[in-house]
Amino acid sequence: MRASFVFSEVLTGLRRNVTMTIAMILTTAISLGLLGGGLLVVRMIDRMGENYLDHLEVYVHLTDDVSQSDATCSDEPCAGLQSSLQNAAGVESVVFESREEAYARFQQIFAGQPELVDLTRPESLPASFRVKLENPERFAALEEEFSGQAGVNRVVDQAEFLDRLFDLLGGVRNATFAIALVQAIAALLLISNTIQVSAFTRRTEVGIMRLVGATRWYTQLPFLLEAVVAGLIGALLAVGGLVVAKLGFIDRVLQGPIEANIIPELSLADVLLISPVLFGVAAAVSAVTGYVTLRLYVRN
Amino acid sequence: MIRLEHVTKVYKTSPRPALEDVSVSVDKGEFVFLIGPSGSGKSTFLRLLLREDVPTKGEIHVADWDLTKLPRRRVPRLRQRIGCVFQDFRLLVNKTVAENVAFALEVIGKPRHTIRKVVPEVLQLVGLDGKAERMPNELSGGEQQRVAIARAFVNRPLLLLADEPTGNLDPDTSQDIMLLLERINRTGTTVLMATHDHSIVDSMRRRVVELQFGKVTRDDSRGVYGVGR
Repeated sequence: MRASFVFSEVLTGLRRNVTMTIAMILTTAISLGLLGGGLLVVRMIDRMGENYLDHLEVYVHLTDDVSQSDATCSDEPCAGLQSSLQNAAGVESVVFESREEAYARFQQIFAGQPELVDLTRPESLPASFRVKLENPERFAALEEEFSGQAGVNRVVDQAEFLDRLFDLLGGVRNATFAIALVQAIAALLLISNTIQVSAFTRRTEVGIMRLVGATRWYTQLPFLLEAVVAGLIGALLAVGGLVVAKLGFIDRVLQGPIEANIIPELSLADVLLISPVLFGVAAAVSAVTGYVTLRLYVRN
Repeated sequence: MIRLEHVTKVYKTSPRPALEDVSVSVDKGEFVFLIGPSGSGKSTFLRLLLREDVPTKGEIHVADWDLTKLPRRRVPRLRQRIGCVFQDFRLLVNKTVAENVAFALEVIGKPRHTIRKVVPEVLQLVGLDGKAERMPNELSGGEQQRVAIARAFVNRPLLLLADEPTGNLDPDTSQDIMLLLERINRTGTTVLMATHDHSIVDSMRRRVVELQFGKVTRDDSRGVYGVGR
């Protein structure tokens, strides 16, 4: 196989068909960009899971009057609650957080949103016990035991909020994957069409090649590589797009939650880590599409 | 070199067979005219030899290949030993004369130094030395056909198939092309030429196989075009 011959055929093919090639590259890029976005969300969810699951806690919020009157948890019913929580089955640790401490933590979390901090008075936050369970599944039993007791307002499982957050992120991920899929179908059809047009414009060459006994590889490899090269350019654009989106958009929009440690930061390394996947998918999908198209539409 | 045994070819689109029980044998080094009116089966004959199609019935042998049993992936090997020339030349208009000839070698993976050596040789053989860098549209019809013949011959085929090679040329130019084909035949290459051209067939006095409605109606070893009519 003469590489230089195949290479020059590929270049000629891409140039001859330039509008189609651009359309093919752009749709591929968008599709891959969305796929990459989805993969990044998956990464984010994984990392959040790691971050949170270790620190999941159950909050036992105390009633307003207890929160107000007992800042050190030295009186009843607070002291009694604390000891019975400590002695309850499956409880690893119990930490008391007074109203003032809760407010201080709130200020810290929402430092990025001073308006919210200004609007919130310490009185609106309850004092609470932060209970760490040996096994998060034990929540139901704990809730049943303590929710009716004097001084207890509500027993809240952090996992519940986390589930909601994960649901939201999961939805975002599924939506990006769905759009990526639709775009991928468009990209596939465009790749297939471009190859057909390309084969048609070069039918004289291909006819002569077949006539003089060129093998399938020689007649069809240029078309196949054309699709793969376009796919890889698309992947390059997609990775570039993700980097630009990260630097110019995501970092800015999610600055607050990231600084507050709610959402893990998306690093450039993350983007670069998923880029081999995008290149691989681009090459594989365009090669397979090209091969199938040549099989179905282009005579050997 | 070529052996057809009871070959019948029926196309799905037509009830009448394009070839019907055709048996023809051509020896190595022969020069054979394949004549007959349009639609008599000449083109089907050539297509079958190139393994562009397989016969509905019968066997075809070209050199050592049994074309009815030849797997698809071996077809290129067969075609590398067969040269083809057409009425419409089929040159690549964006390549020079030399590039057109070299193309046939490039696409079968011949090394560059071989190509550099044999292309000028074959251009000289067909009488086009000095025109290597011309574009096809700068050449006369006869010269374009010479390029096509050079391309067909550059890989030294065992068999040269010519489908109406003089169909687009004036009588004088046609004579020159026939002299060239004869010269190629003298190198040992078997030549099979489908044609309508009475004067050429009559003047060459070579073997003539005539087809009518898909059947062989005549096989003369030193025939003329219109005998018996």
